[in-house]
Amino acid sequence: MAILAQTTNFVARTQATLEKAHRYQEKYNIFVTIDDEGAIQKAQELEQKAQAGAKLGQLAGVIYAAKDNFLCPGSDTTASAKILTDFKSPVTSTVIEKLNAEDAILIGKTNLDAFAHGSSTENSYFGPTKNSKDLERVAGGSSGGSAVAVALEIVDFALGTDTGGSIRQPASFNGVYGLKPTYGANSRYGVVAMASSTDCIGFFTQTAQDLDLLMQITSGQDPKDLTTLPDFYRHDDGFNDPIKRIGIIKEFDNDAVDPEIRQAMAQEIETLKNQGHEIIELDMPTLKYALATYYIIVPAEIASNLARHDGIRYGFRSADSEDLMSLYQNTRNEGFMSENKRRIMIGNYVLSSGYYDAYYLKAAKARTMIIEEYNQAFKQCDFILTPVSPNPAFKLGEKVNDPVAMYLEDVMSVPLNLAGLPGLTVPVGKTTAGLDLGLQFIGPRRSDAKLINFVANIKEKN
Amino acid sequence: MSEKTNYIPTIGIECHVQLKTQTKLFSEVDNDARGKEANTCISPVDYALPGMLPRLNEQGIKLSIRAGLALNAKINLYSRFDRKHYFYPDLPKGYQITQMYHPIIGEGYIELPSGKTVRIEHAHLEEDAGKSSHEAGYSLIDLNRAGTPLVEIVSMPDMHSAEEAREYVKELWRVMTYADVTHGDLYNGNMRFDVNISVAEAGSDTLGTRTEIKNLNSFRSVERAVEYEVQRQIKLLNKGETITQETRGWNDATGETTSQRSKEVAADYRYMPEPDLPPIQLTEETVDQEQQTMRPMPGWYRTELGKILGKDIIEVLLDYPPLVSKLAELKDDTAIKKIANLFSSVLLAEENASLLNDELPSVTQLSNLVEMNTNSELSSTGMKEVFLKFFDPEMHYKDTRTIAKELGVIQENNLGELEKIVDAVLTKPETQKAQEDYKNGQEKVLGFLVGQVMKESRGKANPSTVSEILKQKLQ
Repeated sequence: MAILAQTTNFVARTQATLEKAHRYQEKYNIFVTIDDEGAIQKAQELEQKAQAGAKLGQLAGVIYAAKDNFLCPGSDTTASAKILTDFKSPVTSTVIEKLNAEDAILIGKTNLDAFAHGSSTENSYFGPTKNSKDLERVAGGSSGGSAVAVALEIVDFALGTDTGGSIRQPASFNGVYGLKPTYGANSRYGVVAMASSTDCIGFFTQTAQDLDLLMQITSGQDPKDLTTLPDFYRHDDGFNDPIKRIGIIKEFDNDAVDPEIRQAMAQEIETLKNQGHEIIELDMPTLKYALATYYIIVPAEIASNLARHDGIRYGFRSADSEDLMSLYQNTRNEGFMSENKRRIMIGNYVLSSGYYDAYYLKAAKARTMIIEEYNQAFKQCDFILTPVSPNPAFKLGEKVNDPVAMYLEDVMSVPLNLAGLPGLTVPVGKTTAGLDLGLQFIGPRRSDAKLINFVANIKEKN
Repeated sequence: MSEKTNYIPTIGIECHVQLKTQTKLFSEVDNDARGKEANTCISPVDYALPGMLPRLNEQGIKLSIRAGLALNAKINLYSRFDRKHYFYPDLPKGYQITQMYHPIIGEGYIELPSGKTVRIEHAHLEEDAGKSSHEAGYSLIDLNRAGTPLVEIVSMPDMHSAEEAREYVKELWRVMTYADVTHGDLYNGNMRFDVNISVAEAGSDTLGTRTEIKNLNSFRSVERAVEYEVQRQIKLLNKGETITQETRGWNDATGETTSQRSKEVAADYRYMPEPDLPPIQLTEETVDQEQQTMRPMPGWYRTELGKILGKDIIEVLLDYPPLVSKLAELKDDTAIKKIANLFSSVLLAEENASLLNDELPSVTQLSNLVEMNTNSELSSTGMKEVFLKFFDPEMHYKDTRTIAKELGVIQENNLGELEKIVDAVLTKPETQKAQEDYKNGQEKVLGFLVGQVMKESRGKANPSTVSEILKQKLQ
C-alpha cells in the first residue's frame, strides 16, 4: 500500500493502527516502545487542524515508526541497549523533525540489534524480532523491527539506518523496499551513531514512489551535520532517459550464494533485457577486500562513538562500584551486549599505537581503492545489480554465536557503504519455502532520484 | 660523577591558549563562563548526548590564523581534526577533538626581548575539557569549559634556563594578547603551560631523560618549577641515580614538583581521523584578511620605540598594548618621550589604576599637550594635571587648551604682563630688604623674589622667565 496523505479520520486510523501494533507486537517483537499517547495526541491535533481548515502537510496522517536509535523527546531512545535504558532525549533528530513538520504520525520506536551491531536483530537487549513470513527465522538486521512493521503493513513507512546493510538486508528478508541513500543525503543529527563515516538514514516502504516522496522531504544540507551534502535530490532526475546499462558483478556470482538467489538474479536480468536495458559484466576484484576493510574501519568508529557511554551523565549506571575505574568497567560490562563489546575491542585494537598503520591506515587505503573501483565501474554502466546477501532469512540462533558467519552475511551489502553509494533493495519474489527475496540496485553518489525512478519504472512495466 | 659536573638544562614548552570566541568551538553556546554557575554554559553537543555532532565555529578558525601569524608561522591551508581517546569524567565524549596529523599552524618562531629566538614546532586547534574538582569522598564536574577552543603551541626545546623559560612564556602571552586571540587572563586559566625539562652534561650531544610538569598557569610558577626541577634532576644525577620519564605536578605552596601517579604514562590515545568534521580548507585570501587586521607585534614596537625610548620603559609599557599603539601613533620623538613618561609615571601609578580601563586621550589631545609644554605654556606639573583630566568624564571630550584654561594652569609668558607683575612685587615693602641684599651680592635671595612673583601671578608665570626679568631689573 502506497503512502497516501489523509484528509480525515486521523484519530480512528491511528487508533486502529495502534491496536494492530499491539496485537502483532506479542508475536513478532517489533517495537521497543509503542507511543499510544503521543500518536493519538498528534492525530487529534491534525483533526483540529483539518476542522479549522488549516493547510495540512504532505504526509498528513501518514503513520510511521522509527528505529529506536532516532532521538525524539516523546519516548525513550534505547538503541535496544541496556546502557541506554530509560534514556529520554531532550532533542529531536532532524529527519523526524522534518517528517513531523509534514504532519506524519510517529507511533513508536522499533527494535534493532543493540547500537545497530548485527545482521539479525538478535543482539537486542529486548530480544529478537521475528521474520514477517516465518516466526522461526530472523527479521534481518539491524533495522529488523522497522522492516517487519512495514512488511506486516502496520505502518505506512518506517525509518532505519544503514551502516553496512542494516536497511537493505532486512528489507530483502521481509519483502519490502529499502533505501540506503547516498552518504550525507539525510542528516545524521539526532541519530545514535554507529560508524560516522558510513551511517546513512533511510526508509522502508511498500513502493519505490514512496521513497521518492520521503527523500524530497527529508534530504538536504543540515547545519547541524557538517557531513551532509549540499541539496542535490531532484524528484524528476532520470525521467527523460529510461533505458539504462546495468552492471553485473562477476565475482558475486559464486557457489557461496544460495541457488534460489542466483536464480532470482538470472530472472531479474532477463526482465531487464526484455525491457530493453543493456547488461554489462563488471570485473571488480577489489570488492573482495570490502568486508575486511569494513570490519576494521567500522569497529574503530564504533569504539570511539561508544566511549561516551560511561555511566556518568545519562543512561544506565552499574549500582555498586567502588571507584571511578570500577564504575566505568561495571557500567560498560553490564550495559553493552557481547557484540557491542566485540566491536569495541576490535576497534580499540586496530587504533592502538603500533597497529594503527597496519590495520586502520591500510583499511583506509583499501577503502580508497574500492571507491576508485566503483568510479571505474560507473563509467561502463548506470546502475549495478547484486544480491543483498548470500542467503535468505536464516533461522533464529543459527548464526548468532558464530560472529564470522554473521559478518559474512554482509559481504554484498557493505562495499557500497564504504563508498557512500546509494543502494535500493527491491522485492523480487519468494523462495520455494515462502521466504522473501530481494535484490539491490546500486548507483553512483547523488544518483538517488535516478535510482528510485528507474526501479519504479521497471516495476511498472513488469 | 663529580659534584662539579656542569649540566645544561634543555626546556621545551607546550602552551594552551583559550581563544576568546563568542561561542564554543563545536557548539553554539556562550564561550565565556567566567562568573557563571557550573554547567550552565553547555549544550547537548558539549555533554555528548548520543547522536550529537560537532559544528565548527568559524571565528575559532580565524583566531587560530591570527595566532599563527603572531608566531611568524606558516598557516596550513589544509588542516584536519582527529579524535584523541581517554576516559575521564570531565571529557564527555570519551575523546577530545584535536589536530594530531594535520595542524592548522606550521613551523614558526618568536623572538624574545633578550634577542633569543625560540622556534615553534607547530600549533594546533582543539577543544578544552571540563573541570573536575575533587572533594572528600566525591568529585564534581563542571562542563562550562568543555568545548572552549584552544590553540596548543608546541615549542622546540630551545630554552636552557629558568629565566629563558619565563621570558618565553611571558612573551608568548604578550604575542597572543597583541594578536587579540585570547583574554589572556592567566588567573582564569586562559593560558596554561606544560613544561618539558631535561639536563645533560655540557658538551653532550644527546639530551637527558625528560620530565613534564603539567598545568602551570603563571610566568612565576614556570620559572620556579624549572629552577626546582633542574636542581632536582642534577642532584639525582650527581648521586648516580637516573631520571624517570614521568609527568610531575607543581605545588606552588611548597615550591616543589612531585611525581603524579599518572594514568597517562601508559595511555594509548588511539588517535583516529574525526569522521564527523570535514577538513578545513582555507584560502590565501582568508589568511591575508586576517594579516591585514593584525596590529604590530611587541618586537616591532621594541625596534621602533627603541630608537627613542629606553629598554626598561618599553618593556613596562608593552604590557599594555593600547598604550604602545597610542605611542606609535605619535609621530614626533619628543612627544613620544614625554607621553611615554606620562603613561609610566602617571597612568601606571597605583592610584590611577582604574584609568587604564578608560578610553585613552586622542593623538591630537596628546600632541597639543606636549606642544604646550614645549612652548613653556604648561609646566610639567600643569601637563600632568591636564593629562589626568583627559580621563575625567566631564572633560575628556574637550581640547587640551580648553582643559588647561579651565584648570588655570597656562603659564604667563607675555613679557609685558610679567614685567607689570614683577614691578608690582618690587614696590611691595616686604621685598625691599631682599632687593638690597641681592644688589649687595647675595644672589640666593633671587629665589625668594621669584617665589613672590609666582605667588602674585597665582602660579601662572613661567619661573625661568620671571628670573630673567628680575635679574635685569635689579642690575
